[in-house]
Amino acid sequence: MRTLMTLAAVLVVMGLAFWAYRENYRTQAVLSHMESVQRETAGLRERLGTLNAEWAYLNRPERLSQLANRHFEQLQLLPVTPGQLLRQDQIAYPMPRAVMEAGTDPFASTLPRPPGFPPLKPRPAPETAP
Amino acid sequence: MIRTPLRPLARILRARERGEDPNEIEAENRARRHAEIQLRARQRADTRLMIMAAAFIIAFGTVGMRMGALASADPQEPRVQASGARILSQRADIVDRQGRVLATNLTTHSLYAQPPLMVDPERAADELVRVFPELDHERLTRDFTGSRKFVWIRKVMSPEQMQAVHDIGEPGLLFGPREMRLYPNGRVASHILGGAGFGAEGVSSAEVVGIAGVEKAFDAWLRDPSNNGAPLQLSLDLTVQRAMEEVLGSGMRVMRAKGATGVLLDVDTGEIIAMASLPDFDPNNRPSPLVEGDPSDSPLFNRAVQGLYELGSTFKIFPVAQALDLKLVNENTMVSTRTPMKIGKYFIRDYHNYGAALSVTDVIVKSSNVGTVHIAQMLGPERQQDFLRKLGFFEATPIEMVEAPTGKPLVPSRWPAVTAATVSFGHGLAASPLHLAAGYATIANGGHQVRPTLVHRRDRGNGPRVLSESAADTSLSLLRQVVVRGTAKQAEVPGYSIAGKTGTADKPRPGGGYYSNKVISTFASVFPSDAPRYALIVSLDEPTASVGGGESRVAGLTTVPIAAELVRRVAPLLGLAPDTASEVPSVGRRPEGALLVAAN
Repeated sequence: MRTLMTLAAVLVVMGLAFWAYRENYRTQAVLSHMESVQRETAGLRERLGTLNAEWAYLNRPERLSQLANRHFEQLQLLPVTPGQLLRQDQIAYPMPRAVMEAGTDPFASTLPRPPGFPPLKPRPAPETAP
Repeated sequence: MIRTPLRPLARILRARERGEDPNEIEAENRARRHAEIQLRARQRADTRLMIMAAAFIIAFGTVGMRMGALASADPQEPRVQASGARILSQRADIVDRQGRVLATNLTTHSLYAQPPLMVDPERAADELVRVFPELDHERLTRDFTGSRKFVWIRKVMSPEQMQAVHDIGEPGLLFGPREMRLYPNGRVASHILGGAGFGAEGVSSAEVVGIAGVEKAFDAWLRDPSNNGAPLQLSLDLTVQRAMEEVLGSGMRVMRAKGATGVLLDVDTGEIIAMASLPDFDPNNRPSPLVEGDPSDSPLFNRAVQGLYELGSTFKIFPVAQALDLKLVNENTMVSTRTPMKIGKYFIRDYHNYGAALSVTDVIVKSSNVGTVHIAQMLGPERQQDFLRKLGFFEATPIEMVEAPTGKPLVPSRWPAVTAATVSFGHGLAASPLHLAAGYATIANGGHQVRPTLVHRRDRGNGPRVLSESAADTSLSLLRQVVVRGTAKQAEVPGYSIAGKTGTADKPRPGGGYYSNKVISTFASVFPSDAPRYALIVSLDEPTASVGGGESRVAGLTTVPIAAELVRRVAPLLGLAPDTASEVPSVGRRPEGALLVAAN
């Protein structure tokens, strides 16, 4: 009986030692993985900061106004003027269906496409009421 | 344990036989027993003390060993930590009220040399001068071939330049990482942001410190890691600021002015939406301060905060508002305007003769010096000073810039009758345009004191009341009259009602007296006049407008059209809807760089 107990205890100790050995190495592997992830995160953060700075630089008002002037033909962008602010009741809402079905698209003629822009996609035919 | 009886019978009997006192035997035994008990107790206490001492020695020994181990061990980065924690050595960003970046950081590299490591110092110098033409070839060669162990070459450089230096292939040329402050918008808001430079420098890093403006005023805050990287949000609006600088810039050219200033202030909170001072500079490449001459000629000079000017007739509304508040006059009270008016040995004159008397409204509308002086005399110098002090004209503005204390108004030390008279129409007291904006904001917000600020949502509540609501309303309607039928007719912008007052003040000569052909022309205004939200100050330094072949310097023809154009540009950006439905304007190509003065 005593021999059996001793044998069992030795086996348990060996098992535990093996488990501790494996845990130790797993922990170290996880730690080094975490370090590499953290390094990567820091690198990405730095890159994000650089990209943010570049984005802000590309969007600086001076450049935007130069671009708006250069591409005036296509974009026709001008500074906002008071006349562009409207009250809600001044906005043209989509026509009722009856007008749409009559075959005239109210928006087709009012907004000419600027040159260089693809033509409008044809609108789906209005549903016919059963 | 065997206890010895106190009275052992054998000894007692023996003692009795001998005729001795048996009680002595008992006393003797009792004493012996006590001695034994004491001895045992002392031994037990000794043991306990030893155990305690051992426990303390082990505990403190452990702590001491650990401390010793920590002190002697090499430092190590903590490996196990929450991955959300960010390395916060960076200086915080500065953003505008909508979160757009005004100042941020960029990682670049610095370049230094270690001549002992160099293979071919002379070739390195040749190649370096090719990459950086501004370097001094002779000096580089001397440094590289001499006894120096370490030479700084560039503080920052672009990635392309870094690659070019790599390509030289010289092992003695080394790079250190550098964090650089970048102002992506260039000149926009340059005076407010100030600039940043390097403080303490090492090979592997350098400290970025604010040099001027907000960067310096908030230096400690921006560098504080406990803010967790939160940006500093200013009250500025980048779009509005840029629009203001553009309009002021073209206005300055058209009016051939030496400088221009604009301040746009939220009248309720005191937040500065835009503040410009021209000429300006690029904070990425901050010029060095002037070493001689007038510092106000330097582009670094912030006219809006540091510039102290006699602001002329724009001041007239203050004594009138105070007199309305004290119920000394109402807007229809007739005031004598007989010119010239004599105070002591001085004469006060009006530009035109307005006859014997004008109503208070017309004193403001026609800008009568004499009428204003009469109203100021009703107040008396003490009350006049007291009111101006409450409006903030006696102290530097509390704005969060390092330059703010230099903008302390020039207030006359004594206040005789003639000073009281001239101050009432804006001469003899020099204040900054920002002071004026705060004063007009007080009238516009119903009479609460305004403390200008550059920080967004710094909620400080309403300032103390310095003017009754009715007096503020009446003053506002007087200011509106100035635009409708007075000196600022050109400030009528369709859709927005502006209320304001013009001021044209002769510039003082450095030696005393005034120039006859150099003026500061100012337009102080609030809009929309029926429910004011913004105060706008525009000021031009030495403007000249060409009018019908001649020249004019009055604010009504120089500053007012620029202010009107500013409102036209800026009000839609601020989301102010026009109060009349006007037609959508036709689209035409904007002439490059020209002032847009739309026909009214």
